[in-house]
Amino acid sequence: MTGMSSASTALRKRAAYGTATADGGKPSRRPTRRYRESLVGYAFLTPTLILLGVFVLLPLVGAVVISLQKTNGFGAGTFTGLENYARLVRDPVFWRSTLNTALFTAIVTPVSMLLGLGVAVLLNSVLPARGLFRSILIVPMAISGVATALIGTLVFDQNNGVLDKMLRSLGLPAIQWQSGSTAAFVSVVLVTLWWRVGFNMLIYLAGLQGINPYLYEAARLDGANGWQQFRYLTVPMVGPSSFFLLIMNVIYSFQVFDIVFVMTGGGPQNATSVLVTYAYDNGFVTRDQGYAAAIGVVLLLATMTFTAVRWRSSRNRDPVE
Amino acid sequence: MSSLRVDGNPVDGNRSRQEAGYAAARRRRHRSGLALRIALAIVACAVVLFPLYWMVVVAFSTRSDLFSSGLRLWPQSFTLENFQRVFSSFPISAWFGNSLAIALVTSAITVSTSLLAGYAFAQLKFRGSSFLFLVALSTLMIPVQVIMVPLFKIVTQLGLYGSYWAVILPTAASAFGVFLSRQFILAIPRDLFEAARIDGAGQLRIFLQIVLPLCKPLLAVLFFMSLLQTWNDFAWPLIALKDNALFTLPIGLLYLQGQFGSDYGGTMAFALLTVAPMVVLFLVFQRFFVQGFARSGIQ
Repeated sequence: MTGMSSASTALRKRAAYGTATADGGKPSRRPTRRYRESLVGYAFLTPTLILLGVFVLLPLVGAVVISLQKTNGFGAGTFTGLENYARLVRDPVFWRSTLNTALFTAIVTPVSMLLGLGVAVLLNSVLPARGLFRSILIVPMAISGVATALIGTLVFDQNNGVLDKMLRSLGLPAIQWQSGSTAAFVSVVLVTLWWRVGFNMLIYLAGLQGINPYLYEAARLDGANGWQQFRYLTVPMVGPSSFFLLIMNVIYSFQVFDIVFVMTGGGPQNATSVLVTYAYDNGFVTRDQGYAAAIGVVLLLATMTFTAVRWRSSRNRDPVE
Repeated sequence: MSSLRVDGNPVDGNRSRQEAGYAAARRRRHRSGLALRIALAIVACAVVLFPLYWMVVVAFSTRSDLFSSGLRLWPQSFTLENFQRVFSSFPISAWFGNSLAIALVTSAITVSTSLLAGYAFAQLKFRGSSFLFLVALSTLMIPVQVIMVPLFKIVTQLGLYGSYWAVILPTAASAFGVFLSRQFILAIPRDLFEAARIDGAGQLRIFLQIVLPLCKPLLAVLFFMSLLQTWNDFAWPLIALKDNALFTLPIGLLYLQGQFGSDYGGTMAFALLTVAPMVVLFLVFQRFFVQGFARSGIQ
């Protein structure tokens, strides 16, 4: 609250009209323009703040409280301190789910970004029917996770799936996509990539279109070949897009649910269980809701840590400003 | 080839010959590169389209075709029996109605709250503005599974459980929408607001008469993205909707698959019905979608 208001006395007089007095019954002091602007600001924010407050922030506090209780969701729980967290440390399924989540993130994030950038560069170059190619590649973005996962189930079915039939007709061994643990994990990753690469491509395309074409002309005149232009011009120039996508992809991967839940349900033998599916199972299947909340809190801490570290390490490419 | 001949012409000056040589080399590289790039683009599109194509084939095939052993990549028969089976055994039209109602109402709320908040964050000065913006933005990091247990309690206590509002209200405020709106409105020159203010316009009038008309592309982007997200939303509706009659399409789809099991014909027929409207809308609205991302300042 500095300056400005004193400089605009005339404006203030013109702008201030009969609003209720806010500073304790001194009718002579009318609210300043700045004060009214604040009021309007809060008023405009109110719907968003109420919705986020009641349906996100309040439950967030609730999650921390419930994570310290033993409760099945009916009636009041009993306070057990950090017992749920102590159980997590001893729980092999929790560790398996954590490992799977980390592995999933470590594979899906770079691969979907690389594929997205590759396809974006391809479709940013001079190409016939470029618009059609672009449209086709972003179609998966319009499809629900459930439908995507069910199509994945259809294609990867180990008894009757078209993929195994293709492999067999090529003389290759069929893969046990449902009963093999590695294969099941791979199938979830592949379906996720199919679903997510379009989004990465779209963001990279927007980034590429912001690059001045004269830069490439200059690079060519300096004798840079295609790879050098990509490495030393394209990659740095789409840095802000990469930063944004890195955060979005990691957050998405930490929270992957639809595909895993529908395709494998976490199986076989927890081979594809991730933190959110494990939390869901505890919260709404076995109804060990305090434990589910504790898993959620761990997941949230992991997400926040990652975001904070990333943010700090690249303040200079802040996408918010 | 003609450029090669120019290259070999000794009459040309040194410099122009060299330039022509570069041009020719570039064109040659361009031509072989073009074929490769077209091939790559076709492969990428085939990978994307094949699963969708297969969904359509299975949806229109008989059960015996599905379970035949050999590899057949094209339809052997054409039947509507899967669709008839789906429609006769499940309340499909009610599910469509639920999804449509929930998606439309949620999107309307998302668009209006995001625009209001985005305008406040972009153009109004008030105490705590950047702090509140960070708080709003940080809710992006919170997956619904983290808060689902207490959220379910709150929704029940508010008496929303068992109605559309149980799904609508918890998902209506969008941090991403607020972010997008703020970026978009930041790009509007401040002079415009100052001028209106000097002319005596109140904030509400500025918002309605200056900001809204300039934000039409943003409105389209926000509305469509919210519609898409709500139409396809799964995790929270799965928890919040227990009554079969209130199911949205993704929940209905999963329920139907549970009934049909490995009989994919019916599941794929219904999957096709739920996917088709959004894919069509998506392709029609694509321009807004891409434009919205490009103008949001994310780059």
